[in-house]
Amino acid sequence: MEFGERNACLHEELIMKRIKVLVAKPGLDGHDRGAKVICRALRDAGMEVVYSGLEQTPEQIVNAAIQEDADVIGLSILSGAHRVILPTVTKLLSEKGITDVLVVVGGIIPTDDHLFLKQHGISAIFGPGTPLKNAVEYIRENVSKERIH
Amino acid sequence: MDVQTLIDGLFKGDIISTTRLISIIENDFLKAEEISRRIYPHTGNAHVLGITGPPGVGKSSLVNKLALEWNKKGKNIGIIAVDPSSPYSGGALLGDRIRMREITGIKGIFIRSMATRGSLGGLARATRDAINILDASGVYDAVIVETVGAGQSEVQIMSIAKTVILVLSPGLGDEIQAMKAGTMEIADIFVVNKSDKPEALETVNDLERMLDYEGLNEKAGWQPVVVSTSSTMNTGIDELVTKIEEHQAFLAGMTSEKLHEKRAAMELIDTLITKIENEAIKKAKESPVYNELVKKIVEKKIDPYQAADIILKEYMQLSRQ
Repeated sequence: MEFGERNACLHEELIMKRIKVLVAKPGLDGHDRGAKVICRALRDAGMEVVYSGLEQTPEQIVNAAIQEDADVIGLSILSGAHRVILPTVTKLLSEKGITDVLVVVGGIIPTDDHLFLKQHGISAIFGPGTPLKNAVEYIRENVSKERIH
Repeated sequence: MDVQTLIDGLFKGDIISTTRLISIIENDFLKAEEISRRIYPHTGNAHVLGITGPPGVGKSSLVNKLALEWNKKGKNIGIIAVDPSSPYSGGALLGDRIRMREITGIKGIFIRSMATRGSLGGLARATRDAINILDASGVYDAVIVETVGAGQSEVQIMSIAKTVILVLSPGLGDEIQAMKAGTMEIADIFVVNKSDKPEALETVNDLERMLDYEGLNEKAGWQPVVVSTSSTMNTGIDELVTKIEEHQAFLAGMTSEKLHEKRAAMELIDTLITKIENEAIKKAKESPVYNELVKKIVEKKIDPYQAADIILKEYMQLSRQ
Protein backbone atom coordinates (compact mmCIF):
# COMPACT_ATOMS: atom_id res chain seq x y z
CA MET A 1 0.00 0.00 0.00
CA GLU A 2 1.42 3.33 -1.01
CA PHE A 3 1.17 6.10 1.55
CA GLY A 4 -0.34 8.33 -1.09
CA GLU A 5 -3.07 5.79 -1.63
CA ARG A 6 -4.00 5.52 2.01
CA ASN A 7 -7.46 6.92 1.59
CA ALA A 8 -8.19 4.93 -1.50
CA CYS A 9 -7.15 1.77 0.33
CA LEU A 10 -9.42 2.48 3.23
CA HIS A 11 -12.30 2.45 0.86
CA GLU A 12 -11.30 -0.20 -1.63
CA GLU A 13 -10.16 -2.60 1.02
CA LEU A 14 -12.54 -2.30 3.92
CA ILE A 15 -11.23 -5.72 4.72
CA MET A 16 -7.45 -5.61 4.65
CA LYS A 17 -5.79 -8.68 6.05
CA ARG A 18 -2.06 -9.21 6.02
CA ILE A 19 -0.41 -12.49 6.88
CA LYS A 20 1.17 -12.12 10.31
CA VAL A 21 4.26 -14.17 11.07
CA LEU A 22 6.02 -14.59 14.39
CA VAL A 23 9.71 -15.34 13.85
CA ALA A 24 11.51 -16.67 16.90
CA LYS A 25 14.80 -18.26 17.90
CA PRO A 26 14.04 -20.97 20.42
CA GLY A 27 16.53 -22.20 22.99
CA LEU A 28 20.16 -21.34 23.49
CA ASP A 29 21.11 -20.25 20.03
CA GLY A 30 22.75 -16.92 19.43
CA HIS A 31 22.97 -16.85 15.65
CA ASP A 32 20.14 -14.98 13.98
CA ARG A 33 21.53 -13.79 10.67
CA GLY A 34 19.29 -16.28 8.86
CA ALA A 35 16.23 -15.35 10.88
CA LYS A 36 16.78 -11.68 10.03
CA VAL A 37 17.13 -12.44 6.32
CA ILE A 38 13.84 -14.35 6.46
CA CYS A 39 12.15 -11.48 8.35
CA ARG A 40 13.22 -9.10 5.64
CA ALA A 41 12.04 -11.38 2.83
CA LEU A 42 8.62 -11.86 4.42
CA ARG A 43 8.34 -8.12 5.04
CA ASP A 44 9.12 -7.45 1.38
CA ALA A 45 6.48 -10.01 0.43
CA GLY A 46 3.91 -7.81 2.19
CA MET A 47 3.62 -9.75 5.42
CA GLU A 48 3.67 -8.34 8.93
CA VAL A 49 6.57 -9.94 10.71
CA VAL A 50 7.10 -9.89 14.44
CA TYR A 51 10.65 -10.80 15.36
CA SER A 52 10.85 -11.78 19.00
CA GLY A 53 14.59 -12.16 19.25
CA LEU A 54 16.99 -14.68 20.71
CA GLU A 55 16.77 -17.32 23.41
CA GLN A 56 13.03 -17.78 23.59
CA THR A 57 11.53 -20.64 25.57
CA PRO A 58 8.71 -22.64 23.95
CA GLU A 59 6.33 -21.10 26.52
CA GLN A 60 7.40 -17.57 25.54
CA ILE A 61 7.00 -18.36 21.84
CA VAL A 62 3.49 -19.77 22.24
CA ASN A 63 2.58 -16.89 24.52
CA ALA A 64 3.78 -14.36 21.95
CA ALA A 65 2.01 -16.16 19.11
CA ILE A 66 -1.28 -15.96 21.03
CA GLN A 67 -0.88 -12.30 21.98
CA GLU A 68 0.07 -11.36 18.41
CA ASP A 69 -2.63 -13.64 16.96
CA ALA A 70 0.01 -14.83 14.49
CA ASP A 71 -1.06 -16.86 11.46
CA VAL A 72 2.36 -18.44 11.11
CA ILE A 73 5.19 -19.26 13.51
CA GLY A 74 8.63 -19.41 11.92
CA LEU A 75 11.25 -20.99 14.15
CA SER A 76 14.93 -20.70 13.39
CA ILE A 77 17.13 -23.23 15.10
CA LEU A 78 20.77 -24.14 14.59
CA SER A 79 21.64 -25.53 17.99
CA GLY A 80 20.75 -29.18 17.48
CA ALA A 81 18.04 -29.15 20.15
CA HIS A 82 15.22 -29.28 17.58
CA ARG A 83 14.00 -32.78 18.54
CA VAL A 84 13.19 -31.54 22.04
CA ILE A 85 12.26 -27.89 21.57
CA LEU A 86 10.12 -28.01 18.42
CA PRO A 87 7.67 -30.72 19.59
CA THR A 88 7.33 -28.79 22.86
CA VAL A 89 6.18 -25.71 20.93
CA THR A 90 3.58 -27.63 18.92
CA LYS A 91 2.41 -29.53 22.02
CA LEU A 92 1.89 -26.25 23.93
CA LEU A 93 -0.02 -24.83 20.98
CA SER A 94 -2.43 -27.74 20.88
CA GLU A 95 -2.82 -27.65 24.66
CA LYS A 96 -3.99 -24.04 24.29
CA GLY A 97 -6.46 -25.13 21.63
CA ILE A 98 -4.59 -23.49 18.78
CA THR A 99 -4.83 -25.72 15.77
CA ASP A 100 -4.92 -23.29 12.86
CA VAL A 101 -1.44 -21.77 13.11
CA LEU A 102 1.13 -22.88 10.55
CA VAL A 103 4.47 -23.83 12.12
CA VAL A 104 7.54 -23.83 9.88
CA VAL A 105 11.20 -24.24 10.70
CA GLY A 106 14.44 -23.01 9.23
CA GLY A 107 18.00 -23.79 10.13
CA ILE A 108 20.20 -26.83 10.48
CA ILE A 109 17.98 -29.89 10.70
CA PRO A 110 19.45 -33.27 9.62
CA THR A 111 17.30 -35.01 6.99
CA ASP A 112 16.89 -38.00 9.32
CA ASP A 113 14.87 -35.83 11.69
CA HIS A 114 12.47 -34.38 9.11
CA LEU A 115 9.88 -37.15 9.38
CA PHE A 116 9.96 -37.03 13.19
CA LEU A 117 9.34 -33.27 13.17
CA LYS A 118 6.56 -33.49 10.58
CA GLN A 119 4.87 -36.11 12.75
CA HIS A 120 5.04 -33.57 15.55
CA GLY A 121 3.20 -30.74 13.84
CA ILE A 122 5.95 -29.00 11.90
CA SER A 123 4.58 -28.25 8.44
CA ALA A 124 7.76 -27.46 6.56
CA ILE A 125 11.50 -27.45 7.08
CA PHE A 126 13.71 -25.03 5.16
CA GLY A 127 17.37 -25.96 5.19
CA PRO A 128 20.40 -23.90 4.18
CA GLY A 129 20.26 -22.72 0.58
CA THR A 130 16.45 -22.60 0.36
CA PRO A 131 15.57 -19.78 -2.05
CA LEU A 132 13.72 -17.06 -0.12
CA LYS A 133 10.85 -17.12 -2.57
CA ASN A 134 10.19 -20.80 -1.81
CA ALA A 135 9.67 -20.00 1.86
CA VAL A 136 7.44 -17.03 0.98
CA GLU A 137 5.35 -19.06 -1.46
CA TYR A 138 5.02 -21.98 0.92
CA ILE A 139 3.61 -19.68 3.59
CA ARG A 140 1.23 -17.98 1.19
CA GLU A 141 -0.12 -21.29 -0.06
CA ASN A 142 -0.38 -23.09 3.24
CA VAL A 143 -1.50 -20.48 5.75
CA SER A 144 -4.96 -21.30 7.09
CA LYS A 145 -7.55 -19.94 4.65
CA GLU A 146 -10.05 -19.34 7.45
CA ARG A 147 -7.55 -17.21 9.33
CA ILE A 148 -6.94 -14.88 6.41
CA HIS A 149 -10.64 -14.85 5.39
CA MET B 1 -16.29 -17.42 15.95
CA ASP B 2 -18.81 -14.61 15.77
CA VAL B 3 -18.15 -11.19 17.18
CA GLN B 4 -20.63 -11.46 20.05
CA THR B 5 -19.04 -14.69 21.35
CA LEU B 6 -15.64 -12.99 21.24
CA ILE B 7 -16.95 -9.93 23.09
CA ASP B 8 -18.47 -12.18 25.77
CA GLY B 9 -15.07 -13.86 26.05
CA LEU B 10 -13.35 -10.48 26.27
CA PHE B 11 -15.44 -9.45 29.27
CA LYS B 12 -14.48 -12.72 30.97
CA GLY B 13 -10.82 -11.84 30.42
CA ASP B 14 -10.28 -14.61 27.85
CA ILE B 15 -6.98 -13.97 26.11
CA ILE B 16 -7.82 -15.65 22.79
CA SER B 17 -11.01 -13.58 22.44
CA THR B 18 -9.04 -10.43 23.27
CA THR B 19 -6.34 -11.04 20.73
CA ARG B 20 -8.75 -12.18 17.96
CA LEU B 21 -10.85 -9.04 18.47
CA ILE B 22 -7.75 -6.89 18.02
CA SER B 23 -7.06 -8.67 14.71
CA ILE B 24 -10.62 -8.10 13.55
CA ILE B 25 -10.50 -4.38 14.29
CA GLU B 26 -7.19 -4.16 12.43
CA ASN B 27 -8.43 -6.02 9.39
CA ASP B 28 -12.09 -5.35 8.99
CA PHE B 29 -13.24 -1.76 8.91
CA LEU B 30 -16.95 -2.46 9.23
CA LYS B 31 -16.71 -5.01 12.03
CA ALA B 32 -14.29 -2.65 13.82
CA GLU B 33 -17.04 -0.10 14.16
CA GLU B 34 -19.51 -2.67 15.43
CA ILE B 35 -17.03 -3.96 18.04
CA SER B 36 -15.98 -0.49 19.14
CA ARG B 37 -19.55 0.57 19.68
CA ARG B 38 -20.39 -2.47 21.79
CA ILE B 39 -17.35 -2.21 24.05
CA TYR B 40 -17.23 1.58 24.39
CA PRO B 41 -19.41 1.76 27.53
CA HIS B 42 -16.94 -0.56 29.28
CA THR B 43 -13.89 1.60 28.64
CA GLY B 44 -12.26 4.33 30.70
CA ASN B 45 -10.84 2.29 33.55
CA ALA B 46 -7.27 1.67 32.41
CA HIS B 47 -4.73 4.47 32.56
CA VAL B 48 -3.57 4.99 28.98
CA LEU B 49 0.07 5.93 28.74
CA GLY B 50 1.66 7.12 25.50
CA ILE B 51 5.36 6.65 24.90
CA THR B 52 6.75 8.58 21.97
CA GLY B 53 10.12 9.84 20.77
CA PRO B 54 12.63 9.60 17.91
CA PRO B 55 13.80 6.22 16.56
CA GLY B 56 16.56 4.60 18.59
CA VAL B 57 16.21 6.52 21.85
CA GLY B 58 15.21 3.33 23.65
CA LYS B 59 11.41 3.51 23.83
CA SER B 60 10.89 -0.26 23.70
CA SER B 61 13.61 -0.99 26.24
CA LEU B 62 12.11 1.62 28.54
CA VAL B 63 8.62 0.14 28.14
CA ASN B 64 10.15 -3.22 29.06
CA LYS B 65 11.59 -1.85 32.33
CA LEU B 66 8.54 0.25 33.09
CA ALA B 67 6.12 -2.65 32.65
CA LEU B 68 8.36 -4.87 34.77
CA GLU B 69 8.51 -2.32 37.59
CA TRP B 70 4.77 -1.73 37.50
CA ASN B 71 4.04 -5.43 37.34
CA LYS B 72 6.12 -5.95 40.50
CA LYS B 73 3.73 -3.56 42.23
CA GLY B 74 0.89 -5.88 41.27
CA LYS B 75 -0.37 -4.03 38.20
CA ASN B 76 -1.54 -5.72 35.02
CA ILE B 77 -0.14 -3.99 31.96
CA GLY B 78 -1.25 -4.09 28.33
CA ILE B 79 1.24 -2.89 25.72
CA ILE B 80 0.59 -1.89 22.13
CA ALA B 81 3.79 -1.31 20.20
CA VAL B 82 3.45 0.36 16.81
CA ASP B 83 6.04 0.09 14.04
CA PRO B 84 5.86 1.39 10.47
CA SER B 85 4.54 -0.47 7.43
CA SER B 86 6.56 -0.47 4.23
CA PRO B 87 5.32 2.10 1.71
CA TYR B 88 6.39 -0.34 -1.02
CA SER B 89 5.29 -3.83 -0.03
CA GLY B 90 2.80 -2.98 2.72
CA GLY B 91 4.64 -5.48 4.91
CA ALA B 92 6.28 -4.59 8.20
CA LEU B 93 9.02 -5.70 10.51
CA LEU B 94 7.70 -5.34 14.02
CA GLY B 95 10.77 -5.41 16.23
CA ASP B 96 9.66 -4.02 19.56
CA ARG B 97 9.37 -7.44 21.16
CA ILE B 98 13.12 -7.95 20.84
CA ARG B 99 13.59 -5.31 23.57
CA MET B 100 10.77 -6.74 25.66
CA ARG B 101 12.07 -10.28 26.09
CA GLU B 102 12.38 -9.79 29.83
CA ILE B 103 8.61 -9.33 30.18
CA THR B 104 7.52 -11.86 27.54
CA GLY B 105 5.34 -14.47 29.17
CA ILE B 106 5.07 -12.73 32.55
CA LYS B 107 1.59 -13.12 34.02
CA GLY B 108 -0.34 -9.87 33.83
CA ILE B 109 1.62 -8.42 30.91
CA PHE B 110 0.21 -8.45 27.39
CA ILE B 111 2.20 -7.27 24.37
CA ARG B 112 0.76 -6.67 20.92
CA SER B 113 2.75 -5.40 17.94
CA MET B 114 0.90 -3.36 15.36
CA ALA B 115 1.87 -2.05 11.92
CA THR B 116 0.85 1.48 10.91
CA ARG B 117 -0.60 0.32 7.55
CA GLY B 118 -0.11 3.75 6.04
CA SER B 119 -1.26 5.97 8.91
CA LEU B 120 1.07 8.90 9.42
CA GLY B 121 0.41 10.29 12.89
CA GLY B 122 2.66 7.79 14.68
CA LEU B 123 -0.08 5.24 15.35
CA ALA B 124 -2.18 2.81 13.35
CA ARG B 125 -5.84 3.42 12.56
CA ALA B 126 -6.73 0.52 14.82
CA THR B 127 -4.62 1.63 17.80
CA ARG B 128 -7.37 3.51 19.60
CA ASP B 129 -9.80 0.61 19.20
CA ALA B 130 -7.16 -1.87 20.36
CA ILE B 131 -6.59 0.20 23.52
CA ASN B 132 -10.34 0.19 24.09
CA ILE B 133 -10.43 -3.59 23.74
CA LEU B 134 -7.70 -4.06 26.36
CA ASP B 135 -9.37 -1.47 28.58
CA ALA B 136 -12.83 -3.05 28.24
CA SER B 137 -11.50 -6.49 29.18
CA GLY B 138 -11.22 -5.17 32.73
CA VAL B 139 -7.92 -7.01 33.10
CA TYR B 140 -5.43 -4.17 32.70
CA ASP B 141 -4.68 -1.34 35.12
CA ALA B 142 -2.70 0.47 32.46
CA VAL B 143 -2.28 0.32 28.71
CA ILE B 144 1.06 1.53 27.38
CA VAL B 145 1.11 2.63 23.75
CA GLU B 146 4.47 2.93 22.08
CA THR B 147 4.34 5.02 18.91
CA VAL B 148 6.55 4.55 15.88
CA GLY B 149 9.84 6.38 16.08
CA ALA B 150 8.45 9.88 15.88
CA GLY B 151 9.95 13.04 14.49
CA GLN B 152 8.70 16.47 15.33
CA SER B 153 5.06 16.37 14.40
CA GLU B 154 3.60 12.95 15.22
CA VAL B 155 1.24 14.22 17.89
CA GLN B 156 -1.70 11.84 17.40
CA ILE B 157 -0.84 10.14 20.70
CA MET B 158 -2.03 13.19 22.64
CA SER B 159 -5.64 12.56 21.65
CA ILE B 160 -5.42 8.97 22.89
CA ALA B 161 -3.14 8.85 25.93
CA LYS B 162 -3.93 10.34 29.31
CA THR B 163 -0.25 10.68 30.14
CA VAL B 164 2.21 11.38 27.33
CA ILE B 165 5.88 10.56 27.83
CA LEU B 166 8.43 11.88 25.36
CA VAL B 167 11.61 9.82 25.41
CA LEU B 168 14.81 11.51 24.28
CA SER B 169 18.43 10.53 24.52
CA PRO B 170 21.62 12.54 24.83
CA GLY B 171 23.13 14.06 21.71
CA LEU B 172 19.95 14.68 19.75
CA GLY B 173 20.37 18.42 19.46
CA ASP B 174 20.64 21.66 21.36
CA GLU B 175 18.27 23.93 23.20
CA ILE B 176 16.67 25.22 20.01
CA GLN B 177 15.53 21.72 19.09
CA ALA B 178 13.95 21.55 22.53
CA MET B 179 12.09 24.80 21.95
CA LYS B 180 10.47 23.77 18.71
CA ALA B 181 6.76 23.15 18.48
CA GLY B 182 5.18 19.76 17.92
CA THR B 183 6.04 16.65 19.91
CA MET B 184 8.03 18.76 22.41
CA GLU B 185 4.82 20.46 23.48
CA ILE B 186 2.65 17.45 24.12
CA ALA B 187 4.67 15.68 26.81
CA ASP B 188 3.55 15.52 30.42
CA ILE B 189 6.78 13.78 31.32
CA PHE B 190 10.12 14.05 29.54
CA VAL B 191 12.49 11.12 29.84
CA VAL B 192 16.17 11.45 29.08
CA ASN B 193 17.04 7.81 28.49
CA LYS B 194 20.56 6.40 28.17
CA SER B 195 21.45 8.68 31.07
CA ASP B 196 24.60 6.62 31.63
CA LYS B 197 26.06 8.54 28.68
CA PRO B 198 28.21 11.55 29.61
CA GLU B 199 26.19 14.16 27.65
CA ALA B 200 22.96 13.25 29.43
CA LEU B 201 23.15 16.00 32.02
CA GLU B 202 23.36 18.63 29.29
CA THR B 203 20.19 17.27 27.67
CA VAL B 204 18.39 17.36 31.02
CA ASN B 205 19.50 20.98 31.50
CA ASP B 206 18.31 21.99 28.02
CA LEU B 207 14.92 20.50 28.71
CA GLU B 208 14.59 22.07 32.13
CA ARG B 209 15.46 25.49 30.73
CA MET B 210 12.88 25.00 28.01
CA LEU B 211 10.27 24.13 30.63
CA ASP B 212 11.23 27.28 32.58
CA TYR B 213 10.24 29.46 29.64
CA GLU B 214 6.99 27.64 29.24
CA GLY B 215 5.84 27.78 32.82
CA LEU B 216 2.34 26.56 33.21
CA ASN B 217 0.97 26.45 29.69
CA GLU B 218 -1.82 24.42 28.18
CA LYS B 219 -1.44 21.57 30.63
CA ALA B 220 -4.11 23.03 32.88
CA GLY B 221 -1.99 23.19 35.98
CA TRP B 222 0.44 20.32 35.44
CA GLN B 223 4.10 21.31 35.29
CA PRO B 224 5.89 18.85 32.95
CA VAL B 225 8.84 17.11 34.59
CA VAL B 226 12.13 15.67 33.38
CA VAL B 227 13.24 12.19 34.50
CA SER B 228 16.63 10.61 33.75
CA THR B 229 16.59 6.88 33.09
CA SER B 230 18.89 4.18 31.88
CA SER B 231 17.29 0.94 30.76
CA THR B 232 20.62 -0.88 30.61
CA MET B 233 21.68 0.23 34.10
CA ASN B 234 18.07 -0.02 35.33
CA THR B 235 18.15 3.42 36.95
CA GLY B 236 15.43 6.06 37.22
CA ILE B 237 12.61 3.61 36.45
CA ASP B 238 11.13 3.82 39.96
CA GLU B 239 11.17 7.62 39.75
CA LEU B 240 9.41 7.44 36.38
CA VAL B 241 6.69 5.22 37.85
CA THR B 242 6.25 7.73 40.69
CA LYS B 243 5.90 10.63 38.24
CA ILE B 244 3.38 8.73 36.15
CA GLU B 245 1.34 7.98 39.25
CA GLU B 246 1.56 11.63 40.29
CA HIS B 247 0.22 12.65 36.90
CA GLN B 248 -2.50 10.04 37.14
CA ALA B 249 -3.49 11.38 40.58
CA PHE B 250 -3.39 14.93 39.21
CA LEU B 251 -5.81 13.96 36.42
CA ALA B 252 -8.07 12.13 38.86
CA GLY B 253 -8.18 15.20 41.11
CA MET B 254 -9.22 17.53 38.33
CA THR B 255 -12.68 18.80 39.05
CA SER B 256 -12.91 20.52 35.71
CA GLU B 257 -14.59 18.50 32.99
CA LYS B 258 -12.63 20.51 30.46
CA LEU B 259 -9.83 18.03 29.89
CA HIS B 260 -12.19 15.08 29.44
CA GLU B 261 -14.33 17.10 27.11
CA LYS B 262 -11.30 18.15 25.10
CA ARG B 263 -10.26 14.52 24.69
CA ALA B 264 -13.79 13.41 23.81
CA ALA B 265 -13.96 16.21 21.24
CA MET B 266 -10.68 15.08 19.66
CA GLU B 267 -11.98 11.53 19.54
CA LEU B 268 -15.18 12.68 17.89
CA ILE B 269 -13.32 14.77 15.32
CA ASP B 270 -10.92 11.91 14.51
CA THR B 271 -13.79 9.52 13.99
CA LEU B 272 -15.67 12.07 11.93
CA ILE B 273 -12.67 12.72 9.67
CA THR B 274 -12.23 9.00 9.03
CA LYS B 275 -15.90 8.61 8.21
CA ILE B 276 -15.95 11.64 5.94
CA GLU B 277 -12.80 10.49 4.15
CA ASN B 278 -14.20 7.04 3.50
CA GLU B 279 -17.59 8.31 2.46
CA ALA B 280 -16.17 11.06 0.25
CA ILE B 281 -13.73 8.81 -1.54
CA LYS B 282 -16.33 6.11 -2.03
CA LYS B 283 -18.69 8.65 -3.58
CA ALA B 284 -15.96 10.23 -5.68
CA LYS B 285 -15.07 6.92 -7.25
CA GLU B 286 -18.71 6.09 -7.89
CA SER B 287 -19.16 9.37 -9.71
CA PRO B 288 -19.68 8.88 -13.46
CA VAL B 289 -17.29 11.73 -14.22
CA TYR B 290 -14.43 10.39 -12.06
CA ASN B 291 -12.50 8.56 -14.77
CA GLU B 292 -13.08 11.35 -17.23
CA LEU B 293 -11.72 13.91 -14.75
CA VAL B 294 -8.62 11.79 -14.13
CA LYS B 295 -7.93 11.76 -17.87
CA LYS B 296 -8.44 15.52 -18.10
CA ILE B 297 -5.95 16.09 -15.29
CA VAL B 298 -3.36 13.99 -17.12
CA GLU B 299 -3.94 16.06 -20.28
CA LYS B 300 -3.64 19.27 -18.18
CA LYS B 301 -7.10 20.33 -19.36
CA ILE B 302 -8.18 20.74 -15.79
CA ASP B 303 -6.36 21.00 -12.44
CA PRO B 304 -7.01 18.67 -9.49
CA TYR B 305 -8.61 21.48 -7.47
CA GLN B 306 -11.25 22.16 -10.12
CA ALA B 307 -11.84 18.45 -10.54
CA ALA B 308 -12.32 17.99 -6.80
CA ASP B 309 -14.79 20.88 -6.75
CA ILE B 310 -16.82 19.27 -9.52
CA ILE B 311 -17.09 16.01 -7.59
CA LEU B 312 -17.80 17.82 -4.33
CA LYS B 313 -20.58 19.86 -5.92
CA GLU B 314 -22.14 16.75 -7.35
CA TYR B 315 -21.93 15.05 -3.95
CA MET B 316 -23.56 17.97 -2.15
CA GLN B 317 -26.44 17.91 -4.62
CA LEU B 318 -26.88 14.18 -4.13
CA SER B 319 -26.96 14.43 -0.36
CA ARG B 320 -29.56 17.18 -0.49
CA GLN B 321 -31.96 14.97 -2.42
